[in-house]
Amino acid sequence: MVAAVRCEKLVKIYDTGGQKVIALNGIDLSINLGELMMLVGPSGCGKTTLISVIAGILDQDSGVCELFGENVNAMRSKDKLQFRARHIGFVFQAFNLLPSLNAAENVSIPLLINGVKRAEAERLAIKVLEQVGLGDRWKSFPSQLSGGQQQRVAIARALVHSPRLIVCDEPTSALDHVSGHNVMSLLKEVALHQDRALVIVTHDARIFEFADRIAQMDDGHVVKVT
Amino acid sequence: MNHIALKMLMGDTGKYVGIVMGLTFASLIMTQQPAIFLGIMARTYSFISDTGLPDIWVMDEKVQFIDDIKPLQDTELYRVRGISGVAWAMPMYKGLLKARLANGMFQTCNVVGLDDTTLIGGPPIMLEGKISDLRRSDSVIIDVDGAKEKLGKPALTPNGTPVPLKIGDSLELNDHRAIVVGIAKVTRTFQSQPVIYTTYSRAKSYAPRERKLLSFVLVKAAQGQDPHELTHRIREKTGLAAYTRNEFIELTYNYFMKNTGIPINFGMSVLLGFIVGAAIAGQTFYNFTLENIRQFGVLKAMGTSNWTLLRMILLQAVLVGSIGYGMGVGLTALFGYAMRHSILAFKFPWQLLLFSGVGVSLICMIAALISIIKVIRLEPAIVFKS
Repeated sequence: MVAAVRCEKLVKIYDTGGQKVIALNGIDLSINLGELMMLVGPSGCGKTTLISVIAGILDQDSGVCELFGENVNAMRSKDKLQFRARHIGFVFQAFNLLPSLNAAENVSIPLLINGVKRAEAERLAIKVLEQVGLGDRWKSFPSQLSGGQQQRVAIARALVHSPRLIVCDEPTSALDHVSGHNVMSLLKEVALHQDRALVIVTHDARIFEFADRIAQMDDGHVVKVT
Repeated sequence: MNHIALKMLMGDTGKYVGIVMGLTFASLIMTQQPAIFLGIMARTYSFISDTGLPDIWVMDEKVQFIDDIKPLQDTELYRVRGISGVAWAMPMYKGLLKARLANGMFQTCNVVGLDDTTLIGGPPIMLEGKISDLRRSDSVIIDVDGAKEKLGKPALTPNGTPVPLKIGDSLELNDHRAIVVGIAKVTRTFQSQPVIYTTYSRAKSYAPRERKLLSFVLVKAAQGQDPHELTHRIREKTGLAAYTRNEFIELTYNYFMKNTGIPINFGMSVLLGFIVGAAIAGQTFYNFTLENIRQFGVLKAMGTSNWTLLRMILLQAVLVGSIGYGMGVGLTALFGYAMRHSILAFKFPWQLLLFSGVGVSLICMIAALISIIKVIRLEPAIVFKS
């Protein structure tokens, strides 16, 4: 299998008012295309920092993190932005939908960032909303949708521009068991395929069954991959 | 992405209206107070600007402003007439005299005496009667505001408004009878006293006996004669002060600016208004960006460039700035229109529109700049914090 993500000796240290906190302490990890990898571990173990570095929105202090063979950290900031816009989709714990935009407009954002015209972007957004079962709710605003529906809109937004890596941060923690299960089924069915990898940070043991592999983290290290 | 910026701005109606209201208030306070200030300052020289015909005003060299009368001898008029380049020179009396009203009260009035023959220097607009009616015996023309307010006859009912003086009514000026033959429209003066026009010789009979009573000599430059050059010649030949109309306006304006508390009082109020307006509008806009910082973080994480985010924030600032400015200026204009018949001084020239426009733009730009710095420095990783 081709590696979608390859991390080698990743180190990230935060300086919090003179006190140094080692968030990542020499992480070695690879995630393959077509694979759903879950990052689990106690709070403060470095999961969110690792996913931020993998997504190219946080720079590591040392080590290498390659995405599809490219060292994102070494890219110029403009190239890094374009790389992120083109190849990465995000699903957040708090959904992070823009409250003043309707579902279709929210989903169309990654396309607009990639230069697609507004009308075409919204047409494609509605198609993806149909795939996640919200074709009839494309005009609804986030406040008019349930938590599960909002997360499905967020998934549609992560998928609409056909990224090669989707990073999800606690995608089910704000949802009840049934909604969480549905969201994970959707991610597995719609989002995952041979040309794409999924990385999911979670505490939610109920969804471990959906993972291809699970990386157990503790104190800035990957202690076990099963 | 522009439509997203606009939807972010207008999505929360309460916040959007709050920002626009803040900027409206800032714009209102930046135009209304200076408009009143300019109105008051314009009243200091309104008598000069109302007297449109002469090019040059000749007076005692110690005169500092229009109401600072230092009388000349009548012979000075003939000296001025004898200077080359003078087309004509006419006498003018201007002084404060007490008028006795029908109810026995006294009212100080600005009495203006015009050349008996030509009546040059008369009121700019006649509402009733003709200026030539001043040639009738004991005749005076009074200004419409004075006729309605301070010179009005006692009200017919207790606490009622005074009955306006009309043509044919009489009043007493220094124990002399004066009959109203005309009502004129003049710009209110700084002290807002009623203005009474009469002939030069009659004004002298109203005025207390003094050796010298000529207040000004009004001069018209001959055709082709440069008025500036003529003022120099008049000064040289007579030793009197001679100013063109604009120079005399400037002299009066500068006197009030330097010697009264008006500029500092209004300056403080305008400055305070600007600061308060800026603080409200700037703070509201900055808070709006701060509240949306997570949304900007999401856009940034997804790959939106700083340049695009900057454009979005600038668009928001320009939009709320324009609407707020337009509403503020509109309210000021409305205020001025509503007060046009009142005693309130109000002048709203285009320079003030420009000044307030620059002011509001400055507020928006500063608020936008601070917001932009915040967004540019924003770490997109905040989107992963719940």
